[in-house]
Amino acid sequence: MIKVENLKKNFGSLEVLKNINLTVGEGEKLVIIGPSGSGKSTLIRCMNYLEEPTAGEVYVNDQLLTKKNRGEIAKNYSSMVFQQFNLYPHMTVLQNLTLAPIKLQKIPKKEAEETAMKYLERVGLSDKAYSYPQNLSGGQQQRVAIARALCTKQKLILFDEPTSALDPEMVQEVLDVMIGLSKENITMVCVTHEMGFARQVADRVIFMDDGTIVEEGTPEHFFTNPENERTKAFLSKILH
Amino acid sequence: MIKDLLDVKRWEAFFKVLPTEYIPGFVVTLKVALAGLLLALALGVIFGMLSTTKIKICRFIARVYVEFFQNTPLVVQVFFYYACLPYVIGGRVPKFVLGVIGVGIYHGAYISEVIRTGIEAVPKGQFEAAYSQGFNYLQTMWYIILPQTMKMILPPLTNQALNLVKNTSVLAMIAGMDLMYHADSWGSDRGYFVQAYLPCALLYFLICFPLARLARYLEIRAKRTPVPKKPKGVA
Repeated sequence: MIKVENLKKNFGSLEVLKNINLTVGEGEKLVIIGPSGSGKSTLIRCMNYLEEPTAGEVYVNDQLLTKKNRGEIAKNYSSMVFQQFNLYPHMTVLQNLTLAPIKLQKIPKKEAEETAMKYLERVGLSDKAYSYPQNLSGGQQQRVAIARALCTKQKLILFDEPTSALDPEMVQEVLDVMIGLSKENITMVCVTHEMGFARQVADRVIFMDDGTIVEEGTPEHFFTNPENERTKAFLSKILH
Repeated sequence: MIKDLLDVKRWEAFFKVLPTEYIPGFVVTLKVALAGLLLALALGVIFGMLSTTKIKICRFIARVYVEFFQNTPLVVQVFFYYACLPYVIGGRVPKFVLGVIGVGIYHGAYISEVIRTGIEAVPKGQFEAAYSQGFNYLQTMWYIILPQTMKMILPPLTNQALNLVKNTSVLAMIAGMDLMYHADSWGSDRGYFVQAYLPCALLYFLICFPLARLARYLEIRAKRTPVPKKPKGVA
């Protein structure tokens, strides 16, 4: 589904990503963990060209991702869930969900709305279809954002720290939706600090530090038997 | 002055020319203002967007436009069009067109600055969400960014619209057959200045005041916390 080859990204003189190589299979659930500043958000943002790589290539569904075709590829294959939700505040929840299907995928309005209602129900918010984002709690907004990502029926969803901006009591409701999603044949790439979630849903975990992939393996391997010293140090800090 | 103001004969003379001079002038002013506002808005949106792109040459072009037209007098600009446009297009240019171009381009420069600041005030995450869904730049602007911008910039935009209406009066200086032109020509013809200019001001007020109230209403409405919008027939 995704292939990253020799990816480098600099912000000015700062090397954020140093030669990343990575493959994500179709339907795979990949979790990326690591200390802040390690480049994990930048990596996931390179996967839909929100960040332009300094060097190297990203392939989505065997197509080289470029500035030119990033719109096409986003339209056909990928969607993203953000830390700050980024719902469109001037639209109702339902309009947020149906905008891309109607305008980009040219699905008839009625059909798009039916699909949207189905996904709203799935995230437990069908009663909020006609509310505006600002009237929802953070957890509700993020669930709407996930429903929005689902509405375009993409094969790949990128999650960029989806629970980091939430109040603690709202984290679980969002994680529950994501755990439900993980049972489907959707490729999920998820940057997160939620180790319990990583353990439960990940097929593979990647630990990043200082712009490189330090260690990768199954959650089992990671949380019981990490090999790298930096991984051990990081995990000991966040696993109590 | 007071004597002039209360002079019944002079007012009678005014009411005689009201339908023949003032009303046609008022209509011309209204038309120029409306078309000028549309032009100014179009230019404002285009150059406002250009000045927020990442492409240097676009930003440069927008900068030159804004700085040039903001920093030269409108009267000079209109006189310039009046004198030079006929040579450029090789024929007479209607005064209406001169007026529309004059206020349109001039206020377009101001409106483009208003729109630029409005676009810059929309959080970056909104662009990213749109791009991540596959919207291109223009679609992102049209569906997602500009609607949010419009709410924020309503007050300064109204200012520009009001100034534009009032500034159509420079047309009088090139015999534009607008409200100010008729008032001025009749007034100085007869020497009835009070009766000429007071109603003239009132007629401008008649356009601007409702516009200002409408904008204020829209502003308050935009600031209200939106309530759930349920279409009919939905349980």
